[in-house]
Amino acid sequence: MITTESTERYLAAYKQASSGAAKDNPAWLNELREAGITSFEALGFPTLKNEDWKYTNLEPIAAQSFARANGEAKRVSASEIVARSMIDPAELRLVFVNGIYAEEFSQTATLEPGVVVKSLGDFIKADEATASSTLGRYASGQRQPFVALNSAFLEDGAVVSIGAGCRADRPIYLLFVSMAANQPIVSHPRTLILLGAGSEAKIVESYLGLDGGGYFCNAVTEIAGGPDSVIEHYRLQQENDSGFHVSALAANLERGCHLTAHAVSLGGALVRNNVRVTLSGEGAGCVLNGLYLADGKQHVDNFTEIEHVKPRATSLELYKGILGGSAHGVFNGRIVVHKDAQKTDARQTNKNLLLSANAVVNTKPQLEIYADDVKCSHGSSIGQMDGDALFYLRSRGIGMEDARSLLSFAFASDVVGRMKIDCLRQRLDDYLVARFGRR
Amino acid sequence: MLDINDLRAKVGGKEILRGINLHVGAGEVHAIMGPNGSGKSTLAHVLSGRENYEVTGGSVTYLGKDLLAMSPEMRAREGVFLAFQYPVEIPGVSTTYFLKAALNAVRKHRGLEELDAMEFLTLIKDKMKLVEMDQALTNRALNEGFSGGEKKRNEILQMAVLDPALALLDETDSGLDIDALRIVAGGVNALRREDRAMVLITHYQRLLDYIVPDFIHVLYDGRIVKSGTKELALELESKGYDWLKSVVAQVH
Repeated sequence: MITTESTERYLAAYKQASSGAAKDNPAWLNELREAGITSFEALGFPTLKNEDWKYTNLEPIAAQSFARANGEAKRVSASEIVARSMIDPAELRLVFVNGIYAEEFSQTATLEPGVVVKSLGDFIKADEATASSTLGRYASGQRQPFVALNSAFLEDGAVVSIGAGCRADRPIYLLFVSMAANQPIVSHPRTLILLGAGSEAKIVESYLGLDGGGYFCNAVTEIAGGPDSVIEHYRLQQENDSGFHVSALAANLERGCHLTAHAVSLGGALVRNNVRVTLSGEGAGCVLNGLYLADGKQHVDNFTEIEHVKPRATSLELYKGILGGSAHGVFNGRIVVHKDAQKTDARQTNKNLLLSANAVVNTKPQLEIYADDVKCSHGSSIGQMDGDALFYLRSRGIGMEDARSLLSFAFASDVVGRMKIDCLRQRLDDYLVARFGRR
Repeated sequence: MLDINDLRAKVGGKEILRGINLHVGAGEVHAIMGPNGSGKSTLAHVLSGRENYEVTGGSVTYLGKDLLAMSPEMRAREGVFLAFQYPVEIPGVSTTYFLKAALNAVRKHRGLEELDAMEFLTLIKDKMKLVEMDQALTNRALNEGFSGGEKKRNEILQMAVLDPALALLDETDSGLDIDALRIVAGGVNALRREDRAMVLITHYQRLLDYIVPDFIHVLYDGRIVKSGTKELALELESKGYDWLKSVVAQVH
């Protein structure tokens, strides 16, 4: 049972935190936190009675008491972190350990004019006016308790800001490492991505769990896509076996802005990814490309929402999952087409491959259409491996296990193949080969 | 090479093969003809080891071994090849990768060295000429979006690469236009060899204008009711399958 005790634990932690160092923070930041804790207190931990959470039992997270990360547990080397993630060691990266910026693991690079990549703390110092007017504007905690919680405990994170007409040519890597020492740790990293009109960037957020200890990573990313900007966003989740991971990606896309958001979920004991894209401008577009792999007792829930607000916006969503063991996968694809959003083109597909009899998937498309001249389609499938395909491969001499591996690999590589960063795609391909045992 | 004795098989509880007897020697090309529902495709599926086909009696001996006791992959490695009537589309697996994996599985079983990427490419370039196949096709996902003709050519390409001792061609002519049929048949003819047997399964005589068999068998209601040489196909063509009913009536 999720009780009020769980919520009260966070309220007490908030009280303690706000009486300490927070006094030195700017007033607007304290207000953001205060609004966060107020919302969280009102919402509490969602239970299975909440329609948006009906397949995901949060009790393991709610029942546990987590200590705030202090950023001290840095018993690893930069090379070890990079090797265990899938990021390109040659590129710029900001590394965060338990939510706190770790300069010693990060790597700088010469940036193009108009491109700013900073830790949140440094960004606030450098450009408080922008920070105060954008942070918390796109991800709202009013409906989402975990966004509220993230705001309440907002401490550090990353900011990528691309000026109007500017372009970051190389991928920007943001790596969030969780490592619990003696006790379970919670972190609330926040990422803010600001794209000026006509700007371009490729950003990779990587979440990595080290060691075996339990922890809770509650991440929020806000994307403000200015008119005609182009953003490729990658989200790679490799938490450890006992890690809890809740994330929210909130993107607001203005006129002609295009977002491609790749999301790969590989690790974690209990994972919930909330994606909310608002196509607020005419002709905006988004591609959501997701892959989730779960095994053992893993629970992975992808909750995506796309809002078509203005005419002629497009959304193309493909999420694929492979579930083995007694893993539980959830996909929710909500598409709302507002009254003004004529000529909307929205397509959604969710496909699930079950590798064992005990794996479970719940998939739920939700289309709400208030305009009359739109193209919307959705399709979902849940299935065992295709018997005809298996037989075809075997009839050519390929053994049963190899055939199964090959088909699992093929199912997943369809998503990975859509990624444009060569290094990342290669690392993921290698991972799939190792995971599915293809020779 | 292949001895089928009193083979009986059920699909979904219904007996489809009701005592098939067939002897195929090395180097021979046999055609099995018959109307829809006579059991032609069931025979091909049973011989290739497809699930959901229950063998209820009889035996199949291939090169002295019990074929029915082997898994589908083992049959392939031992040199049995089935060209599918409906080749399966497999997104995400490139044709080249698939062919290489299949060939190396077969070579390994036969005690041959696995081919490296260069050796393999040289081999398939050569084999693709047989079926006039464009190399661009092999870089695409297996059969995905291939036309009917491309799929059937791909089947013959696989046969050429895997070098089987016994090839079963299930309705290889179905869905092909004349040009595609000519190319596919040309590929099959080029693969005829003294030590290789072929069994063509077809509804129509048309294929046999291009691939001339040594023997023809007529399958009707789960049994071979008539066997003969290529002239039998012409007789069937002119008299139609209804003629068989009287043939069967005479037998009983």
